[in-house]
Amino acid sequence: MFAYCTDPASLDGLAWLACYLTTGKHMAFYASFGTVMLLLAVTAPTALLFGFGGAVAARARFLPVRMLGKTYIAIVRSVPDIAFFLFFVIALDQGLEYLRLLALCPDWDQPVRQGNDFVVCSAAKLPSNSAPQWVHEVYGFLLAMFTFAIVFGAFAANVLFGAMMAVPRAQIETAEAYGMTRAQTFRRILVPQMWVYALPGLSNLWMVLVKATPLLFLLGVEDIVYWARELGGSVTPRFSDYPHSDWRVWYFLALLVFYLLLTRVSEIVLERLMKRLTFGQATTGGMAA
Amino acid sequence: MKTILTATAALALGTGMALAAEHSATVRLGTEGAYAPYNFLDDDGEVAGFERQLGDELCARAELTCEWVTNDWDSIIPNLVSGNYDAIMAGMSITDERDEVIDFSDPYTQPDPSVYVSTMDDVDVENAVVAAQSGTIQAGHVASMEGATLVEFATPEETVAAVRNGEADAVLADKAFLMPIVENESELSVVGDDVLLGGGIGMGFRESDGELREKFNAAIQSMKDDGSLNALIEEWLPDGATF
Repeated sequence: MFAYCTDPASLDGLAWLACYLTTGKHMAFYASFGTVMLLLAVTAPTALLFGFGGAVAARARFLPVRMLGKTYIAIVRSVPDIAFFLFFVIALDQGLEYLRLLALCPDWDQPVRQGNDFVVCSAAKLPSNSAPQWVHEVYGFLLAMFTFAIVFGAFAANVLFGAMMAVPRAQIETAEAYGMTRAQTFRRILVPQMWVYALPGLSNLWMVLVKATPLLFLLGVEDIVYWARELGGSVTPRFSDYPHSDWRVWYFLALLVFYLLLTRVSEIVLERLMKRLTFGQATTGGMAA
Repeated sequence: MKTILTATAALALGTGMALAAEHSATVRLGTEGAYAPYNFLDDDGEVAGFERQLGDELCARAELTCEWVTNDWDSIIPNLVSGNYDAIMAGMSITDERDEVIDFSDPYTQPDPSVYVSTMDDVDVENAVVAAQSGTIQAGHVASMEGATLVEFATPEETVAAVRNGEADAVLADKAFLMPIVENESELSVVGDDVLLGGGIGMGFRESDGELREKFNAAIQSMKDDGSLNALIEEWLPDGATF
């Protein structure tokens, strides 16, 4: 990075630190903060959408839809995240490749499953083997995002389901008395009023999601915890220009500060949101008690 | 006669096309990137080490374009068989259990000695708490010892850290991995003799990928024949036996 970094062994103090903190490895560490923030920014709304869909389905009057919603919530909530990440992501990836195989290689005559192996023609590989590494990383990231959304969507569905049940029956009855249809009641009365009941549960989920990103490395996506462990581990002079002993405690301290800041910011935002959502509602948090 | 000619032409054409497709495809090599000197990330975050140099040379000899990918050790085999990369080159010893799931190339190191490292000189490893990385031959070996208690960790680095902070009495890992650490830290020392485990280190392939395995086997053999593999072993694994 800096011109004087060519021989780090001759440096000491701040100059050494400046060089050390700007190695390619550290740059990857800083970039991984962006990866994590991007994942959170995209996954949270997607998971909320999945959750909303799940909750609506679980309340549906039509039995098959209700069963579908309830099954989704029950299954995903009961499978451990790590198992879900190993199994579901690989299954999803293989499912997509199988569909591409059917479309792109019509004269493929080998079985797709050969013992433990999953084999498709090279054109059906997703992404293609020859694609640059960043394409593979983006693909892994998208798979991760989708899986996170499904997992956290199920938890969100349960929270929203409970929140919908918590809206006072009197509110719904009033809406019905005004002659609103079921859909209108849902849109105008139930959904606007349920958020205040859902928010504490959803904010819990958000906090758990923030800390769940190390699961990313199972998919080959390198997150901040991976890099902190990798950079903090002791390095001998043979393998690095910047040998040091076990410094993981410092790296994890930096992560601690990062997570505390993120939590604090989240709390402030959520508190404002809560104020907005309870405004004028007949709850202790609202003004119209 | 005509049919035979057509068939031969079709076959030749088919093989030619298959070869062309084969050549253009990149071979992705999966590694852990956390097991110096075999494989580690250098200061630039690039995969480096014995296997990086060996793998690049093997790919050059087999006339393949190769790309390095890092992957978590625990999911390194599942991701190979599901096709996320085409070969594992991660200091993986050839064992019967792994051989049931994947296929190995010919070994490119001799059966590698493992050693115990501890902060105490007189620890009785037969009746101690021993740290090892999960899913390794060393972990399997400690688990099979009656008196010893196994503590498993996800990364090699953590196994050594467990000994430093007293969580474990000793660590069992490849000698080539532990020696640079012992040389650098006065409080750690080797305990007892070398333990010989496994059938040497080899590349892992999908069982259905015999063709790729043969290509790398041929390249490994050519490096054994002209002595360049021994030169690499002497450079990176000073305690390792040559071929």
